[in-house]
Amino acid sequence: MSDDVILEAKGLARSFGGIKAVDGVSFELKANQVLGIIGPNGSGKTTLVNLLTGFVKPDQGQILYKGQDVTGLPPYKVAALGMARSFQMVKPFYELPAFKNLIIPLFSSRVRRLAGGKYGDRDAVAKDLLEEVGFERDSQVITQRAGSLPHGYLKRMELAKCMALRPDLYVLDELFSGLSLAEVASLVPVIDKLMAQGATIIMVEHRLRELFRIANQVIVLNFGRKIAHGAPQEVMNDPEVKSAYLGSETED
Amino acid sequence: MITMTIVYGFINSAILVVAALGFNITFGISGVANFAHGALYIAAGFLTYLCLTELHFPYWIAAPAAVIITGALAAVIYRVVLLRVRGLVVSEVIATFAIGLAILELFRFLGFVGFEFTLPVFVDASVPLGNTLVDAQRLLVVASGIVLTVFLWLFTHYTKTGLAFRGIAQDERTALTLGINADRVAALSMAFGGAYAAVAALVILPLGTIAVNEGYDVMINSLAVCIMGGLGSTGGLIAASFLIGYGQIITATYLGTHWTMIVSLVAILIILIVKPSGLFGHQKELEERT
Amino acid sequence: MKENDKSAGRRLERIDRGIHARSEDIFALNSWREMLYLLGPRVIPVVALVILGLVAPLYWQRVLVSTAMFALLAISWDMLASTGMVSLGQALFFGVGAYVSGILNHYYGLPPWLTIPLAAVIGSVICTIMLLPVLRLRGIYFAMVTLVLPLMLERIIEATKIFGGTEGISGLGQLPSVDVEFIVAMVAVWAALFGFRRLMNSDYGLVLKGIKDNDRSVMSGSINIYLYKAQALLIAGSIASLAGAFMTHAYMFVGIPVFALDYSIIPIAAAAVGGVGTLAGSLLGAFILVPLNELLRGLGGLRSVIYAVLLVVFTVGLPEGIFHFLQRKYCQFERWVEVS
Repeated sequence: MSDDVILEAKGLARSFGGIKAVDGVSFELKANQVLGIIGPNGSGKTTLVNLLTGFVKPDQGQILYKGQDVTGLPPYKVAALGMARSFQMVKPFYELPAFKNLIIPLFSSRVRRLAGGKYGDRDAVAKDLLEEVGFERDSQVITQRAGSLPHGYLKRMELAKCMALRPDLYVLDELFSGLSLAEVASLVPVIDKLMAQGATIIMVEHRLRELFRIANQVIVLNFGRKIAHGAPQEVMNDPEVKSAYLGSETED
Repeated sequence: MITMTIVYGFINSAILVVAALGFNITFGISGVANFAHGALYIAAGFLTYLCLTELHFPYWIAAPAAVIITGALAAVIYRVVLLRVRGLVVSEVIATFAIGLAILELFRFLGFVGFEFTLPVFVDASVPLGNTLVDAQRLLVVASGIVLTVFLWLFTHYTKTGLAFRGIAQDERTALTLGINADRVAALSMAFGGAYAAVAALVILPLGTIAVNEGYDVMINSLAVCIMGGLGSTGGLIAASFLIGYGQIITATYLGTHWTMIVSLVAILIILIVKPSGLFGHQKELEERT
Repeated sequence: MKENDKSAGRRLERIDRGIHARSEDIFALNSWREMLYLLGPRVIPVVALVILGLVAPLYWQRVLVSTAMFALLAISWDMLASTGMVSLGQALFFGVGAYVSGILNHYYGLPPWLTIPLAAVIGSVICTIMLLPVLRLRGIYFAMVTLVLPLMLERIIEATKIFGGTEGISGLGQLPSVDVEFIVAMVAVWAALFGFRRLMNSDYGLVLKGIKDNDRSVMSGSINIYLYKAQALLIAGSIASLAGAFMTHAYMFVGIPVFALDYSIIPIAAAAVGGVGTLAGSLLGAFILVPLNELLRGLGGLRSVIYAVLLVVFTVGLPEGIFHFLQRKYCQFERWVEVS
């Protein structure tokens, strides 16, 4: 399975009101790899995530997931096939206890199917998942109102929500943003474990240093176009990438 | 028959444009869907009527007074009510809807029902167009439609307030950083919409009587043309008015007048099912659909 | 759980009144007092209303019946709103239910005890099918469709003269007596309240509420939100259609007034006054507004104005509603604490 192409994007393009947010992006992703997607602000990273996961329909191009054409499928169908995404902006259900936030994916027909036609004890599964991402077992954080949790916990909860679907492909939109170095470090073993279980991961990140420790390959976007694709070190030595990053930093 | 349909369809379309402009201005600038628009229209009609018959004002005082009072009323609605629920779109709709209901039902309760409630026409004459006679007031509606639209365009392109309106409409956050007071502009946009509703009442109501139920119909028609044209788009509003305007006249001629409002209602439904952003809408699609 | 209202030198402390041992949803009750504490607010209103209804004069008994029907509409509205579908037209469900039962009774000769449940189901299926194409719409766009549909059906019946046109269908069958009507209405309204509350507090209800809060997150959880919205429409619509069918037989008449704005506005006003999102608040609101409406009968058309003004005042000024306020007073005690 490890040499199979799990995801293939062909010439994806999408524009909003005349601005090309994503402009002809193609790539292939083999199973059990970590692909990083980086780029300056406004380079189309989140739009690319939205395209891949069905939240935005492409104007042009095609997405093949496990050889199946998923272009234009609604997000819930994409997720049901095993492609789970997290959101950059965490908007949990503030009034609910933390673990209850995982009930929604656990209620899906995908989870029931994978569990052999029955749901099981959703609350228990939810608590186990939160523990896996670093919530302290038997502590208040699991049952506390989600609205009163610190940002780091909410980000981890976002990852646990994806894990609840037991997906084959994770699309994580800036999972590390706003996290402390220690918090990022605590998530690395979780990601390693997912990889050991055979998962494939796409990470959209601003935190390059942390990303490069995990990613096998990196795609660089600038103005919606793919300007580089390769191993982390070789990509960062690419002159075009350097100028894109330096250029954007002086503009910011 | 055909000329009549063409002429009256054109006039009916102009009526729809004039009646809906106010609603469209407010939504286009501040994003407030003012469901009290129909009520403001009728209120302006009764205000003018009262100024003329009870206070015996001359028309040239009564008419501007009604326009100013209606505009002020709309601004007050914004300051007192809408400001507190700003951003909660559903609460805005429920609040304006309820205010409209209160205004209209208050007039009904106070006994403003009957054929005596009319406004004077500007010129009492008829003009032959082909083989149909058209009264001058109807032609005036068409003329005022053109004047109001041109005035709106000049206002939003050449005055400071108008430019602020457009700034807010295009990008509220950037406009804020440039020192435009969003709440003041929104209140002004409500006032502007209210004043336009009043002008529409002055021009259109002389064609019939001032009836409370008309307020609901004006609201539905305005919604229909604005949704179809794409909320906030003046060009779309005009195009949609002609589609619905002719649709109404054709169904009225060949099926009966019962069908007139059904045309608007069905138009709203179809456009919301097929293309919720309207025929000429901007990028609203992203926000409203997923 | 403590909440601080800071004021000069003192603050108001709110403390949950304790149920001693409490683990998520299992209550370990230690004493009769605690049992009463929990059951009191649930049982007392039910019993009080039934007794009130059975001893009240005929006129007020009828008022209570129609109050119960408005309560059903309000509960139905509240459940839809909790799922992110704000309706400006509960009259749609009410009217379609009313016409279905009227047609079944008049043209097919079915008795009321059959037409009412049938109309609840068929009416809500018809309305859900009508709303299927717009399930993708959110916020005011969905609200506008619900506003438009009942108006449209009303005008279509008027224009095509079907089902008696503007005359409507009269002489329909009625329930055996007002006492029976009252008991059926009470059973319906309390069953709906407690049933729907249970549903909305379950994991299924959590998914529905999730759609309102953040539908993108729900979709990314591999949940087909349109399917769930359709189910919510079916469930919530059924009690609104039931209310329509019931009123049809109570009045022995069905006509285009069943699509009137009143059946859309009063439920929203009831939910706003009582408190949105709790279902019980909607019921409370209906039991305040509708009898009040009867007391103000002498004011005629001014009542609509009063409703509308109340709706504005509560939506804008007191969005919490009465029920949340009562609930807080009942479940927490407050005390002033000196702040050094």
